[in-house]
Amino acid sequence: MSASEILTAGLTSTEFRDLRRLAGIMVPVSAEYGVPGADDETIFADIARSLGRDTSAVRMALAMLREIAGGDFCSLDVENAETAAMTLLSRNGPVVTALGRAVLQCYYRDDRVMRGLGLEAVAPFPKGRPLEQGDWSLLDAVRGRPRMWRDDRGTGE
Amino acid sequence: MAALADPNVDRPTDDIVDVLVIGAGASGAVVASSLAETRMKILCLEQGDWVKSSEFPTNGRDWEARRYADFDISPNRRARDTDYPINDDNSIMKIANFNGVGGGTILFTAHYPRMHPSDFRVRTLDGIADDWPIDYWALEPYFAENDRITGVAGLAGDPAYPPHEPTMPPVPLGKSGTRYAQAMNQLGWHWWPSDIALATTDYNGRAKCINLGHCTPGCAQGAKASVDITYWPQALRARVELRTRCRVREITTNQHGMASGVIYYDPKGVERFQPAEIVILAANGIGTPRLLLNSASPRFPDGLANSSGLVGKNLMLHPWPQILGYVEDELDGDRGPQTVMWSKEFYETDTARDFVRGYTLQFARGTGPVNEAITSMAAGRLPWGKDHHRIYRTLLYHRLMIGVACEDLPEEHNRVTLDPVLKDSHGIAAPRIDYTVSENTHRMMEHGIARASEILATAGAKNIGCSRTLLNSPGHLLGTARMGLDPTRSVVNEWGRCHDVKNLFIVDGSIFVTSGGVNPTSTIQALALYIADSIKKRLATLFD
Repeated sequence: MSASEILTAGLTSTEFRDLRRLAGIMVPVSAEYGVPGADDETIFADIARSLGRDTSAVRMALAMLREIAGGDFCSLDVENAETAAMTLLSRNGPVVTALGRAVLQCYYRDDRVMRGLGLEAVAPFPKGRPLEQGDWSLLDAVRGRPRMWRDDRGTGE
Repeated sequence: MAALADPNVDRPTDDIVDVLVIGAGASGAVVASSLAETRMKILCLEQGDWVKSSEFPTNGRDWEARRYADFDISPNRRARDTDYPINDDNSIMKIANFNGVGGGTILFTAHYPRMHPSDFRVRTLDGIADDWPIDYWALEPYFAENDRITGVAGLAGDPAYPPHEPTMPPVPLGKSGTRYAQAMNQLGWHWWPSDIALATTDYNGRAKCINLGHCTPGCAQGAKASVDITYWPQALRARVELRTRCRVREITTNQHGMASGVIYYDPKGVERFQPAEIVILAANGIGTPRLLLNSASPRFPDGLANSSGLVGKNLMLHPWPQILGYVEDELDGDRGPQTVMWSKEFYETDTARDFVRGYTLQFARGTGPVNEAITSMAAGRLPWGKDHHRIYRTLLYHRLMIGVACEDLPEEHNRVTLDPVLKDSHGIAAPRIDYTVSENTHRMMEHGIARASEILATAGAKNIGCSRTLLNSPGHLLGTARMGLDPTRSVVNEWGRCHDVKNLFIVDGSIFVTSGGVNPTSTIQALALYIADSIKKRLATLFD
């Protein structure tokens, strides 16, 4: 596959494999909180099809990961894979930001993750959300204060 | 007046119109709607589409992700076929806009303060920049009219704001606003519920807000007052014609130096000539100078209406640091309109400070699950790996966030020019932005960051952090075709007519002389109503 074909087709199978393992390190499964990891089959499928505008940046991140790993990331044992992943993720910059966005935007819309956070797994519209009025009596401390805006019609103050 | 296209080029010519408005956003909608009562033949050309409410992100489960995709505030990332690219590499602030019917109001947060009376007289009062050629009081009736048409939630009686009567009750304080208000009262500082262009009751056929929580990327409920659902319906009922997916390439002029019409690309990409008696630019503070500079001709070699050399200069973008912290209690998060209240405690000039002018503190409710994760990850608050879930649960819906809306003063080196390389999909030269933050504004920003941090600490927040400018893009595009009485120091006169071309008007944020420390949409729209009224009053002598 040529470089231009890879660019238009999305990630290669090797890149997808690396990304899935990386995603599972970034956001791991948690029995304590009852949520899947970002490498969960359903969530990862969502990540893979939603890369969109971040595809190039994610590909660059994976290339950086292979460089850090000194070769095939997926062949590393657990400890070395985590070390390589954290080395990548500790780097600031748009590439790592895009990688994080690609994973998190899908992870935090999964039904199971939403329920694990105590949230309803629905779009905001059309149901809407409740919002309390709050304590309007607090405004009494501000009402009736002297004018603070400058009236330019008179003295300029 | 003869309307002549370049006779050497064979292109279809449309029927002449009396008034041609370029851009269907915040100001274009207003001026088209207001002028409709004259019964003139009015046409608006808009490069974008209508956006249906069913297309807004909050209709679907991917509502937050779409903020980073087809509803991103950056045209460069959004990259719809109706967008044009902007080279903002040499600007510390990145450019935000939206191209479509409604323009920037599709993607605005609907925070709707007016500029203050002092904002129009900065030279007289504070000895800096320039006074506007008009004052607040000339615009006051137009602010009020605009509020009625738009529908503004708020509360009268603010001691830090000129008298006004919002048309609907304010948005709820909620848990977040209550927390802020307690802190502000403890500090003894001013706060007040914000004016927000959002329906808190059913209003003029618009349903009231149901707290979808993601006002910025479009309101599926139709409660947010974007001009596609406020001004445009009344303009269309009054027979204004609106053509979408029509991108204007240049404004043409005739042998008398008057605007004769525009050359544009229709939805099929066919280059056409649209003649007009009056041309009104409403393409925002970047689109307007871009178009004027792209309209250079032998008679106007430096760009149209640019004898002052100021077209594109004095760009003001409103640096907007955001300071956030986290409390133990769960707050509103993304449940409710994003903006709650403002503080004008530091708005007016105080000679005891090391900067002139001032800023508004804008108090935000919080954010949603995806945005919390992404922004906290980027800021280093949220780790990857085994601690991710535990830390995340201390962040989501525990956020307080204050924006510092700093007045940006005009400086000629902050400017819009034409990029020598970058072009849009029609081959039209794209804008290039060169912008830095001034020393005065830097001091103002740091002052605001310190005060906001103090408020958050008083509110019991921990983990207080700040984003200065790089991640902030308020999309306030101002000052690049400034208003003034002196043709050598301004582009348009005191009622929006170009000094150099007497049938060419500008009604968008380009004409701002200074920026104030507030979101500009309310003032842009009041100005557009005022200019439309000025045109109507002068119809018999408009070109004198």
